[in-house]
Amino acid sequence: MSTDAKPAKKQKLSVPFDYSKYLRKDKLPHIWCPGCGHGIILKALLRAVDKVGLEKDDICMVSGIGCSSRTPGYVDFNTLHTLHGRAPSFATGIKLTNPELNVIVTTGDGDALAIGGNHFIHTCRRNIDMTILVYSNAIYGMTGGQFSPTTPIGSFTHTSSYGAMEPPFDTCEMAKAAGATFVARATSYHVQDLEKTLKAAIEHKGTSVVEILDECPVYFGRLNKMRSASQMMEKIEKEGTVSVKQAENLSPEEIGGRLLRGILHHDTETAEYCDQYAALTERAQGK
Amino acid sequence: MTEAAKKLPRIEINAKFCKGCSICVDFCPTNVLEIRGTIVAVKDLEACTRCQLCDLRCPDFAIQVFD
Ligand SMILES: Cc1ncc(C[n+]2csc(CCOP(=O)(O)OP(=O)(O)O)c2C)c(N)n1
Ligand code: SF4
Ligand code: SF4
Ligand code: SF4
Repeated sequence: MSTDAKPAKKQKLSVPFDYSKYLRKDKLPHIWCPGCGHGIILKALLRAVDKVGLEKDDICMVSGIGCSSRTPGYVDFNTLHTLHGRAPSFATGIKLTNPELNVIVTTGDGDALAIGGNHFIHTCRRNIDMTILVYSNAIYGMTGGQFSPTTPIGSFTHTSSYGAMEPPFDTCEMAKAAGATFVARATSYHVQDLEKTLKAAIEHKGTSVVEILDECPVYFGRLNKMRSASQMMEKIEKEGTVSVKQAENLSPEEIGGRLLRGILHHDTETAEYCDQYAALTERAQGK
Repeated sequence: MTEAAKKLPRIEINAKFCKGCSICVDFCPTNVLEIRGTIVAVKDLEACTRCQLCDLRCPDFAIQVFD
């Protein structure tokens, strides 16, 4: 131990997290572009899984199509890469037939809310136990930068050359209204909060939705005059959000256009779908 | 304890994985890192507080800080 006169916090013990045990190492480095927030989310998710104490074989990770949906390819869990927008529905089948599995869906704002919007809301409505991570970069990254249902009004994409005209969805409000019983928002900038939120989301029994604001520097950043991933994290994720706790002491005017970050909705009362289905089966069998 | 005897951390960089995005450089609270050529490099190891933020925010599993 150091007896240096310097303040104790300067000599904090540093034990980096060992990601390798959860990774398919032969698949790395991953395909995501320099500075893409998707890698930051993947790392936070692995730390959260470790903190919850899940075994690799107890997890099934399911995705649709998109850069974000490449996540399951890198993890050494049970994994399924499915159809565009349909991950929550595949995940429903998996969970219903294997209720003991921890099911985690990784999806993008385009995958979950555009082509997959219907699958998303009906999964929330059933409150089936799974964790849905919406990697929300406000653009279709994989197909070259088209606007998505979360692109803010006025933002430039390759299909909104004069600025996006349509009002965006509020992913969290929609998930809550549809029936999800755990709803939270996080960012790839606030990494430690992200890890804690993901842990809470996995531990919740019922449909958990976490919208994670992250960055696509290659398309959204470049087209909206943000020169680097760091600049996007600073402007969109740090300055563009306010924590639920901070917001308690702020007026709506002071919050302004900033999005709330943290756990926004947590209902532990509503019955979970697999439990209800088991009870229904017993009733039908006259037990 | 003299400055020379102060135990410095070890910053491990995976040159094959680093994509030079500069996130770790830009958010390091004590300005330890820099981009040299196309990837990250250590500029001022003595200033490192072992806060781990570079590792936590690196999207590419490319940097880790050991005691
Ligand atoms: C049925 C179908 N329609 C369209 C596509 C083309 N497509 C591939 S990924 C994608 C959007 C992905 O955007 P998002 O989910 O936001 O993920 P990101 O790439 O930004 O992570 C689209 C439209 C497809 N693969 N399949
Ligand atoms: S295109 Fe955008 S979302 Fe896709 S990997 Fe590159 S930075 Fe990430
Ligand atoms: S551990 Fe903290 S202080 Fe050290 S290089 Fe990383 S970000 Fe900078
Ligand atoms: S954050 Fe990671 S990939 Fe980006 S420059 Fe730093 S070490 Fe390299």
